[in-house]
Order: sequence, then C-alpha cells, then structure tokens
Amino acid sequence: MLFDLANVVVFLAVALGFVWATLLASRLIQPRAPGGDKGLTYECGELPVGAGRIQFNFRFYILALIFLVFEVEIAFVFPVAVVFREWLESGRAATAFAEIFLFIGILFLGLVYLWRKGELSWHKEEPEAEDVPSVR
Amino acid sequence: MSPPSLDRFRSRLAGTIREEPNPFGDAVFRAEPSDLRDVLRSLRDEHGFDLLLDVTAVDHLELPDSKPRFDVVYILRPSVGSERVRVQCRPPDEDLSLETVSDLWKAANWAEREVYDQYGVRFRNHPNLKRILNHKDFVGHPLRKDYDIKKQQWLSEPDDLMDEMRKLRGGAEGEESESVLLNIGPSHPAMHGALRALVDLEGETVRHTVPEIGYLHRGFEKSAEKGTYTHVIPFTDRLNYCSSVMNNVGYCRTIEKMLGIEPTPRAQTIRVVLLELGRIMDHLVSVAANLVDVGALTNYWYLFNERERIYDVIEALCGARLTHCYVRIGGLAHDLHAGFEEGVEGILRELPKALADVERLVARNRIFLDRVVGVGAITAEEAISHGFTGPCLRACGVPNDLRKDEPYYGYDGYDWNVIVGTRGDTYDRIWVRMEEMRESMRIVAQAMKKMPGGPVDVDDKRVSLPPKTEVYGNIEALMNHFMIIMEGIKPPAGECYGSIEAANGELGFFVVSDGTGKPYKVKVRPPCFYVFSAFPRLTEGGMIQDLIATLGSLNIIAGELDR
Amino acid sequence: MQQLLDRFIESRGWTGDWAIELVYFLGMLFFAVALLLVVVTPFTGIVSWAERRIAARMQSRVGPNRVGPQGILQWAADGLKCILKEDLIPEDADRILFTAAPYLVFCGLFGAFAVLPFSEHLVIADLDAGAFYVMAITSLVPLGIIMSGWASNNKWSLLGGMRSAAQIISYEIPAALSLLAVVLAAGTLSLQGIIRAQGWSPADWFLFRNPFLFTGFFYFFVANLAEGNRTPFDLPEAESELVAGYSTEYSGMRFAFFMLAEWANLYVVASVVNVAFLGGWNVPPIAEGVVLTILQMVVFAAKSLVLVFVIIWVRWTLPRLRVDQMMLLCWKYLVPLSFLNVLGTAVWMMIVPEGSAAGRVASWLLVLVGLSLSGLFGLRVRKNLKDADVGRLYLNPFS
Repeated sequence: MLFDLANVVVFLAVALGFVWATLLASRLIQPRAPGGDKGLTYECGELPVGAGRIQFNFRFYILALIFLVFEVEIAFVFPVAVVFREWLESGRAATAFAEIFLFIGILFLGLVYLWRKGELSWHKEEPEAEDVPSVR
Repeated sequence: MSPPSLDRFRSRLAGTIREEPNPFGDAVFRAEPSDLRDVLRSLRDEHGFDLLLDVTAVDHLELPDSKPRFDVVYILRPSVGSERVRVQCRPPDEDLSLETVSDLWKAANWAEREVYDQYGVRFRNHPNLKRILNHKDFVGHPLRKDYDIKKQQWLSEPDDLMDEMRKLRGGAEGEESESVLLNIGPSHPAMHGALRALVDLEGETVRHTVPEIGYLHRGFEKSAEKGTYTHVIPFTDRLNYCSSVMNNVGYCRTIEKMLGIEPTPRAQTIRVVLLELGRIMDHLVSVAANLVDVGALTNYWYLFNERERIYDVIEALCGARLTHCYVRIGGLAHDLHAGFEEGVEGILRELPKALADVERLVARNRIFLDRVVGVGAITAEEAISHGFTGPCLRACGVPNDLRKDEPYYGYDGYDWNVIVGTRGDTYDRIWVRMEEMRESMRIVAQAMKKMPGGPVDVDDKRVSLPPKTEVYGNIEALMNHFMIIMEGIKPPAGECYGSIEAANGELGFFVVSDGTGKPYKVKVRPPCFYVFSAFPRLTEGGMIQDLIATLGSLNIIAGELDR
Repeated sequence: MQQLLDRFIESRGWTGDWAIELVYFLGMLFFAVALLLVVVTPFTGIVSWAERRIAARMQSRVGPNRVGPQGILQWAADGLKCILKEDLIPEDADRILFTAAPYLVFCGLFGAFAVLPFSEHLVIADLDAGAFYVMAITSLVPLGIIMSGWASNNKWSLLGGMRSAAQIISYEIPAALSLLAVVLAAGTLSLQGIIRAQGWSPADWFLFRNPFLFTGFFYFFVANLAEGNRTPFDLPEAESELVAGYSTEYSGMRFAFFMLAEWANLYVVASVVNVAFLGGWNVPPIAEGVVLTILQMVVFAAKSLVLVFVIIWVRWTLPRLRVDQMMLLCWKYLVPLSFLNVLGTAVWMMIVPEGSAAGRVASWLLVLVGLSLSGLFGLRVRKNLKDADVGRLYLNPFS
C-alpha cells in the first residue's frame, strides 16, 4: 500500500512537472509584447467599473457551511458502510444499520431544518419587517 | 372607451385645434405648445389613440415657412386599428422647448431624447434629457440643416452611465456596498449587436439596468438627405439587416404613397412573397439566437440552415444575400428569375421540418420552460405605453398587426391568422414568432399560387425608367431616362408617414419632400428602438440569466436602433 | 504494478534496498510519464475531437476534419497553437493565484487517473481508499476554478468561479451519498474491489443490484455532470452569459490546461460511473493471460466511451439551467432522494441477502426494466427519425 501511495505522489509530481515544462516551453517560444490595453481586465469592451473582486452573495458562505457539515458527516458514514457487508454476514446487521440510520437520520433532520428555514432556496425571501426581532 | 375615431375628435376640438390640409391624406393637427399635452392626452384617453408611434422634428430652415424653425411631430395610432393621426407643434424659436409627454407614454422618454439629440429641441420636465444616439461629448445637433454632413468629430471618452445609475440607486445608501456594477455589452456574446446594459447586481439578481445604444454611427437619416429618393434604398437595407427587403418595401411604399401610385398586381404579390420570406428569416434569427442564449445551441443550426436556404433563393433573385436592394419606387429592380418558384417550394417543404425539429427539442423540455416561462413578462398596457408593436406586443395578447389593421398589397385576400400570446413573457415571444413563421409560409404559398402576370413596374413616367430600346431610339424616352437618373423621382412637396408590418413591428418612414428630387428629411421609426426602451422594466428583479434570455426574445437589431 | 517491478528486480538478480527503491522510483516515474504521454494527453485530445465531431453531426455541420485523417489530430494542432500564443496576465490580477490555478486544475484531474483501472491488473495505484481518493483529488479542480476566478480580478470570472464553487460543493453531497450506497453494497472503498464485487453479466452490475442502486445511478450521473460543469449545468462557463466564465482572462497554454482538464474530466467522470455501476472491466471468463487483459481493457474503455458519448449527447441537446433552479434541483430533489437511497440499499441488503434467489430475480427484473426503458427510448427515436425524413439525415458519421 505504501508503494501505491508513493506512486500517487510521483504521479502528482509528474503532473506538476508537465504543466511547468509546457508553460516553460511556451514561454520560450511565444511572442511577448506586454503593455497597452492588453493588461486591462475584460468587461465587454467598456472600462471596468469598480473593483473586480466584488463582494459576492452572502448565501455562498451559508452554502459552504452546509456543505462542510454534510460532507464531514458523510465521510464518517463511509467506514461503517465499508464493514456493513461483513457485519451483515456475521449477523450484526441491526447494529450497523442502526448506526447508519442514526447518522443519515441526523443529516436528514438537518436538511429538513434548512429547508424549513428557507436556506436552500437561492433567493432567500427577506423576512417581513414584523418578523425581524428588534433589539430594544 | 369608444372605438378610435378621428371624426369625433375633429368635432370635439373644432375650436381649439386646427387641422392642416395634407396632400397625402394623413390626418394632421396643429397644436399650440400650450395645448399640446391636453390634445395628446385627449387623443389617448378619449379617442383611443393609445400607441405613440414616434416623435420627431422637422427643421424648416430651408423650407419657405422657416419661422418658427422647428416643427415637432407626434405620430399616434390606436393599438388595434388602422387610423393614424399626427399632431404637430412648433416650439418658439426663443427657448426651443416643449412640455414632455414622457409621463403619458413611456415611449416618449427615448423618443424625446432622440429629438433633443438630433435637433436640439428641449423637453421640459423630461426625467432624463440626455443624448441617446450620439456620443455624450458630441457638439451640435446632426439633423439640423445647418450641420455639415462632412463635419467630423473625434470622440473617444466612453460614457460610464453613472449619472443614470446613481439616480436609480437613489436613497439606498446602506446597500451600496453590497451591489456590484457590471457592464454587459457592447462586446458580449449575448448582445446581438452593439448594445450595452450597465447592471447593478446583488448576487446575481439584477436590481437596476441602464441600457445604452448608439454604437453604430452610420447617420442613415442624414445621408438620406444627400442623395435622390432612389439613393436611399440601399441605405434602408442596412437598417434591420436580418430582413432587409422589408425595409426596402417600407420605404418605397411611403414614397409611392406620396406619388399616389400603386404598384402593379404582380409587383405587389412578389413584394408579399419577399416580405413574408423576410419575416421568416428575421424570426429564424431571433428564435435561434434566443435558444442559444438559454444554452440550447443545437437548434441554432437547425434554424440557420433554413435561413441559408432562403438566402440562396434571394441571392439567385438579386445577387445579394444580406442586403438585397431589390425593391424600387414604383416596382421592383427586375422580374422574378426562372427557378424562383422551385426555390420557394424548397423553402416551404424544408422549413416546417426544421421548425418541427426545434419544437421536438425544446417545446416540452422542462429546463427550457423553466428558463423562459414567466421571464421578462410585461402587461399589454405597459407594452403599449412603451410603444411595443409587432410580435412583442402580440405576445401580450394585443392583436396588433398592420397587415390586418390596414391591409396593404392585398393581405386581406390571403387566409392567415394573427398570432397572439397571453402572458407577454419570453416564452410567448418565442412561440409567437414560431407560429408566425407558419402563418407566413401559408401566405407565401397562397401568393405563389395566385401570382398574377404582367409588368412589375408601374407605367408612370415620373418613376419608371423607359425600356432601353426606347431610350436608344426615341428622344423623349432618352430625356425621360436622363431626368429620372439625374434629378431623381420628385414626389410633391409635403410630409408623409407610411409604414408596414416589419418582422419586429411597425416600421415607419416619415418623409418630408420639398418638391425636389432629394428627400428633405427621412425619419425611420424602428420597432426595436421602443422595444429596447422597456429593457430595464423587463429585466429588473430577475437574474442575469433572465436578462440574457429576455434580450434574445426582444430581437433587438442594432442596425435599426442606431441611425 | 509492484509485482511487475519485483519480477524485474528478481530477473536481474539485484539485491539491496537501494536497488529496489531506485527501480521502484524509476518504474513509477516511467509509468506516470508513459500514462501521461501515451494515454491521458492523446485520449483527452481525442475526446475533445470526438465531442466536436459528434456535436457537428448533431448540428448538421461537418466539424474539424482537416488535421490528420478525419481531423483526428485537431487537438495536437490546437495544443501547438496554444503553446505559440502570447500568455497574458491582467495587470490587476493576483499573479501567484493566477498562475497556480492551472496547476491545481490539471493535477486534480490527472491525479484521478492514478487510481482508474484499465483492467484487472493494469492500474497504477490500487488504493484501498480509492473512491475517497477520487472524490478528494478531483476537488482540487473547483479549488483551481475559484482561484482563477478570484485572481483574474474580473467580474465575469468571479461570477463563474462562485457559480462553480456553489455548484460543485452542492452536487458533491448527492454524489457522495450515491457512492456511499455503492460502498455499502461492495463493502470496500477500493475501485478494484468495487469492480470485483460486480460481475460481467448486467444482472451482476450494481446498476441492477437493487431498485435503490438503479435510481442511484441516475443521481450519481447527474451529480457528476454538474461537478464536471457539463450542460445542463455549464453555468460556470456559460458562454452566452458569462463570456467564458472563470477562464475569461486566461490565454495561451494556461487556457489550454483548463480545456484539457475539462475533457479529461469527461473520461474520468465516465470511468468512475462505470466502475461504480457498470461492472468496470468484468468480462466473461473466455480467455486468460494477455488476451484477457486486452479484453478487459477494451470492455472498460468501451463502457466508459459510451458514457462519454451520452454526456456529449446530453450537452448538445439540453438548454442550460438557471442558477437558482440548479440549486433547487440539487438540494430539494437529489439530496433527499439520495438519502433515501442509502437507507434503502441497507434495508434491501438486510432483507434480500446477496446471491439469494430473490436477489437474482430482482436483478433480472431490473435488467428487464432497463432494457424496456431503452426500448421505449429507441421507439421514440425511431418515430422522430420517421417524422424527420430519413433521407435528409447523414447516418454515416464520416461522411
């Protein structure tokens, strides 16, 4: 197994080297005439208004958080899934299933919660004025 | 509201407004600047003239009655019905301004900006009176008679449109940081033509849109004043280049109206065939590009192959694929060639298959329907206020079609239907066009079947060149030929508005003649201009992807938008 | 592969750690470079050519047909052109991130090839967590895409990058859950192990193992389309909307790497689906030795290429989703359904033991369902062909 892991590392190194070598080769033979309008960023032929690194939708962060929680939980289910077959054969199916069910159930509840909160829709409806808790 | 009636209007306002005699039979009323708004409002609210077709001005500098110098013209028609009325008003030379009507018709907003841009007539209380077609730093007003056509101006500073955007963003100070300004166009794959929209984005939701046009400075209207009436025909090809024969016909029909001549039956029928082929081509381009905009790329080729087939037929007819220049005042450049009929048969045979292919690909496709149904919807009232005509208005459920309202060239003799939508959204606009192509095919088939014989040019010495054999053998014919070529066709002096139902809506030409062989003024009323003015209304609140899909369905052709 | 190198060392009679390690290292290097130059690059190029040709045929065009026979070397010409192009970096760009992005994107995809099997014995590295590894290493691609979007300092790029990020992380959930169901059935994470748990006949494939896995195949396929930014989920690079999305500011060879990755991804996606659901390289035991290996390679490649064709076909048929609809499809349909799928598979495995008569019957019934679905589809296509005047169609792809 160590051999296989080492192999993957060599593989990735070769990939990096390939990209680097190709870019180097390209750099050696390509024409280079920098400057002028070429250096501008493209905004449909108009001069860009404001910065290019715009503030993007806040929903992306929420989405990333949801993803993180789900993905990590799913990663924890994988080991159970791997041994599920063996446990099934050795008659411990109920335990394994209960574990999987627990994990998936929690995740599913989370999904239902998010759905109810409206975090899953792209345009989150702005809460009506009276729904916003006010600080006094 | 009672049906549109000029007679009622005439009797009601007999005291306050003067009707001007017009040699071409148009109803023209002259209003005083102080009464103008009341007259127009009365026409709209009480007499059913709810569609403001165009606002333009005539510079009387070189005409006998040059005081006051400018004459502003408002052209109105009912959204369904054939009557047309022009209200003209001369602003005093001292301050050269009129009260705006942009609160009565949204269409007046851009129309008045154009008049201001081209003639320098100001409109009081206009929400945003700035140049629209010319560059912001342009000096002078190009359509004034004392503006030299050869005068050139070097203008390179782009307009950031922030003056308009700031107004739109308005009081929302706190949210300023969250929104992003993005230029879509002029050089963007989905902007079919040189258009630009500066959008204010929040996430991917469009909050405000500021459209900008005027990238093509061809000066169609100014150039038209420099040649003879015949010289204008090739310029009209370049207006809506997707269906250039329609522009030819629209222009020639207006001049024919001035001359009081009617083309021969054969010329009329050939024109009908070409008009409908032009409509098909235009709709093919529109639908194909629209489908590309929502990501359904394959349909593009299915439709464009058929467009190529039509081009092949027209190329055989007149030698040009895009800019046909086949129609002449009083007739056509020449008669049909042998084999035209087979070509048209081929089109009628193959086009339904392509349409069926596209229908099978998208008509019941969930993704497509999700992308276009309910997107960019507009109500009929708003559409009329914005000056929509053609497929975009019909998609809102208004059966506005000049071919039915004011049947010309025997359109009433054919069996066909006006297609209307219900919701006025992108889906309806696409599908109205799809079905209209089928109706156009029916008209073409009927027209080809009944194609009458006879000459294609009218027998009128004022417009038709005598045959070459006569010219070489007969001094009278030679002189006639010489006069038409050298001095041009001379319509009687006066002002005339003529229009046809082009692919995108009512294509009107307002022509002023001073009795010489050169037009004193040619103003085109491009349907796209008014449709595009509603672009912010259609896109605000949607997402970028909706904006792109909506734009495709409006079929904005920059060639006729910019003049 | 290790055995191969061991045998090589033995035959030379070398001993000592240094010799073994050196041979191992050189062997690895040799195989990596060989795979890169002989398989990945040309294969990707040919997939790109195939995509363009197939698209062209579908759109009644001709497509690239000049470079090499039937234009099959078009990719090489394109690559050469890109090498010769000036490589521009916008002045306001973040140079480090801008230049690093193509490395990540390419590594992410090339890395996946390390564990993709070609036959029973031909695999570079048979990791025991292979399925995990593929999911992890291909996650470098969205990272590269976000980096390129951010570094370009261009609003189109950033919009594309963010769309891509949102899309890929969202669809990662149903993809992972569907894979989880497969892992439940296979009892291993190794890709070779998953293939071994299936058989050569369709009834032994995980696709037809039980009804849940059957539907899971479609969730997995759709989720993989989305992760690969393929139509109808090509929002990050939607050319009619975002110009070129995240790669708007890239030019020359850097841009070529994004394209290379996109097409390599096609094959990776198809292979992973093949491994997980379609039985991979399994062939009936009719040969042995080298013949068997070749047969397995052919079967594996054929299945993957059919899937590649389906992906291409989908791309040129469907319109593009809107961004909110794309999220809706994932979170409100695919994710709950895949949850159901995992539990359903577990329950099925407890109720219907593997290899039992009931299981066999269910498998064969599912095969029948699959066949009848394809049959219905075929009839539908035939009807359309009839309607569409077959004389007009060019059925010869090389015409």
